[in-house]
Amino acid sequence: MSDLVAKDLSMVFDVGSGGQVHALNNINFTLKSGELLSVLGPSGCGKTTLLNIIAGFNHPTSGGVYLGDEEIKGPGVNRGMVFQQGALFEWLTVSENVDFGLRMKGTDPKKSRKMVDEWLDIVGLAGFGDVPTYQLSGGMQQRIALARCLINDPDLILMDEPLGALDALTREKMQSLVLKIWKETGKTIMIITHSVEEALLLGERLFVMAPRPGRIHKEYNLPFADRGVTEDTRDIKNGDDFIHTREEILTMIWDMEEEIMGQV
Amino acid sequence: MFDFLFEYRGVIVGTIFVALIAAVIWAFFYGRKLIRTEKNDAVFGNPARALGGWHWVITGVSAILIVWLYFSWDAARAFHPKAANELCQVAKLSSAVNPIRSTFPLEKEFLKGTSLLVRENAQLSELEERVERLGFSETEKAKAKETIDLMRAAITGMTSPEYLDAETSSQFKSIEARIDDLTAKLADENYPGEPTTEQVAAAEKNARWGDSGNEIPNAPASPRGYKFDAAAKEMKSIASDFSKIRNKNENFLAQIEKLKAQIASLDELAQASPGVDELLVQNRADFVKGLTRVLRRVDDGNIFPPDALNNVQAALVKLDDEQKSQQGGLRFYDTFMMPGGQITSGSSSCSEQGSGRWLPKPSDTLRTFARISNPEIGYKGYPLLWYKMKPFGEMVDFVLPDFISSLVPGKFPRHDENGIVTPNFKSKVHDIVTGNFESFKVPMPSGHVWDSLLRVLAGLFFGIILGVPLGLFMGLSRFSKGFFDPMIELYRPVPPLAWAPLILTIFGIGDDGKIFLLFMVAFAIMVISARTGATGTHLSKIHAAHSLGATNRQILRKVILPNSLPEILTGIRIAIGVCWGTLVAAEMLAGTTGIGFVENVARKQSDYEIIWTTIIILGLLGLLFDLMMRWIIDKVIPWRGKG
Repeated sequence: MSDLVAKDLSMVFDVGSGGQVHALNNINFTLKSGELLSVLGPSGCGKTTLLNIIAGFNHPTSGGVYLGDEEIKGPGVNRGMVFQQGALFEWLTVSENVDFGLRMKGTDPKKSRKMVDEWLDIVGLAGFGDVPTYQLSGGMQQRIALARCLINDPDLILMDEPLGALDALTREKMQSLVLKIWKETGKTIMIITHSVEEALLLGERLFVMAPRPGRIHKEYNLPFADRGVTEDTRDIKNGDDFIHTREEILTMIWDMEEEIMGQV
Repeated sequence: MFDFLFEYRGVIVGTIFVALIAAVIWAFFYGRKLIRTEKNDAVFGNPARALGGWHWVITGVSAILIVWLYFSWDAARAFHPKAANELCQVAKLSSAVNPIRSTFPLEKEFLKGTSLLVRENAQLSELEERVERLGFSETEKAKAKETIDLMRAAITGMTSPEYLDAETSSQFKSIEARIDDLTAKLADENYPGEPTTEQVAAAEKNARWGDSGNEIPNAPASPRGYKFDAAAKEMKSIASDFSKIRNKNENFLAQIEKLKAQIASLDELAQASPGVDELLVQNRADFVKGLTRVLRRVDDGNIFPPDALNNVQAALVKLDDEQKSQQGGLRFYDTFMMPGGQITSGSSSCSEQGSGRWLPKPSDTLRTFARISNPEIGYKGYPLLWYKMKPFGEMVDFVLPDFISSLVPGKFPRHDENGIVTPNFKSKVHDIVTGNFESFKVPMPSGHVWDSLLRVLAGLFFGIILGVPLGLFMGLSRFSKGFFDPMIELYRPVPPLAWAPLILTIFGIGDDGKIFLLFMVAFAIMVISARTGATGTHLSKIHAAHSLGATNRQILRKVILPNSLPEILTGIRIAIGVCWGTLVAAEMLAGTTGIGFVENVARKQSDYEIIWTTIIILGLLGLLFDLMMRWIIDKVIPWRGKG
């Protein structure tokens, strides 16, 4: 396993009539192997741009991202992705979806069959293997997306608002699942979210990003993710320190939003 | 078995007609009952209100069939097979009266004499205006105008009662008396007496209504028929005498002579005019010609004093009334059961006119369909849809390219001095690839329908095979989109039929040209639908596939292609429809087989039953294709709209 390092990362987009937008400006951070990072920020702060650069879908204007010793130049199997929704292949069944990465590599079907069953069991979808994905609920679909990503055994898992489209109840269950998987597999996970609560609960580390130019505004090291593995997540969320931190971050984001509104 | 059905078609068609009406009534009330009980129906705008409703399908189909049976007069024929024959006799009388009737303002607005008067006077006014433009001297002008005035006087003279001579008056009286006599005869129960043996024999020889084409049995076969037939004969002679009556009294004849002399001198004047422009000479000749034409019509003496014909008209009206009352119930049958036209009598036979003619009767259409479906008969010596035993070698010839034999080393054998050819390996290979060997026979479908089907499928096949990959690449690559878009967008909007003459010239009238035309149609549709499918792929799916380690090729085959399937299948569905339309039109332009060919030949022969049959075959095949595509879409892309 290797660390993720971002060095002087900048991203500038050309917009119409000669204008430029600094989506990211001089981002520097190191994510150690096995850490769980959540990234939070108002819209337009460059969260998704950062994720896409790490995934290799976009090339940064300057600077670079390194996974271990290797600079990231394009998409790769060592970085798994989980999207908000609509990224499942609806023409395939559940197990065919989970199986996708292995089939692309040409893994022996017998071996992959066994791995698929294991992973379906882990995400709580045992017995759903032959069901078409479009017949399942949103929460179940995200479990498939998790399993599909994890079966490839990536070094780093990138999640782009993975629970954004789920209802509150399902969301809490899925948060526990993410924590459980993180603890059991020891993967490095970077998760982008809109929800302050989710970011606090899931993030061992938390970046609050600010827009114009996109930058890391504040960084936290939090204890809640570790506790979440063993304790009940509802109790954690009701704890005083959790509420205190949540309010602090909320105020921070509110201020940023107001600043943006003021600029307009 | 079909002869048996045909024998009793009256009863069968009648029963079906009544059953259809019953079905419509039942479905209507069933539908109303359903509206009261369905809970969805309370709210207007709820799409669930459109669910179900198979009884309305029955109603719709029944309504079409009822309209067809009714307007083609099949129902009329079923319930009263002898009506056509009787109406034919009625039509004979009507057409015999017509020459007299057309003189009077009975169906037209004006008396014939009035119309003639107005027309001739209008022509004379027009000629009068022309006089000024002919470059005549004043005296010449005066002469021309004098002629025109003289002509007017002659016309006016005809309308004056005092010039009508006694002979003409007595002729009118005689006509009037003969019409009155005929009216009395029509009212007489015993007229025209017992039919002669020839008449009875002719009646027995009558074919039935619709036994052949749209002819109607001609010879009278019932008391009413004999009466109308006899009256028609008498009427014919009355009408012929009537049309000979001319209004030519002494005064009129003198005027005409004078006019002839006037026009002759005008003609001389027009011709002998040295130094006058050639065009003007031509115009003068035209002017004189116009005068001569009017004179010729006036000379016919068809204009009479306004009231001279009153009595004849009155007699005719009486005859009409009697004729109508003699028809009795037949008149109502004609009006209500034979809508959209009537039976008319020509010089030699009666025929159906209006919808009875161009809308073939369902029972006749079925008979024609059964006849041409019979593979022994077919159409133009080729069955509609049947099978043929074909040697297996022909298929080998089709599949294997001939050049294989050229690749085999060696030379083809030559004949020796004794004229014997010894086959070698190379020639044996050649025999195989060209299908020139003894082989078992395989049944293969053949026929007009099959030929059309095969052309559509071939065009569609090539369209899909080439169009889908190109469409996908156009959706994925800036180069191929920019490069191919202008070509496709330039040829696609041109209606396929506009290409047809060119393509049929290049490829000939065989299958190649039609298949290529269909390929062009299908190709454009498939390119566009595949392109839409490719560009519609959700970016996160592509990202996911990349991060799962798929190569570009794998992404194309495993993600983009299946993701485009809904659009591609919809494209195929549209392409099938357009291809059918294009094919039939192309086959009409050129070819010797196919449904379009059948319809084209039938069109040239005005064979409405065959035309109707081909239309129905095309409709049913289209329906079949669409149901098949819907089924395929349901099976292949059940996720459509649910992703």
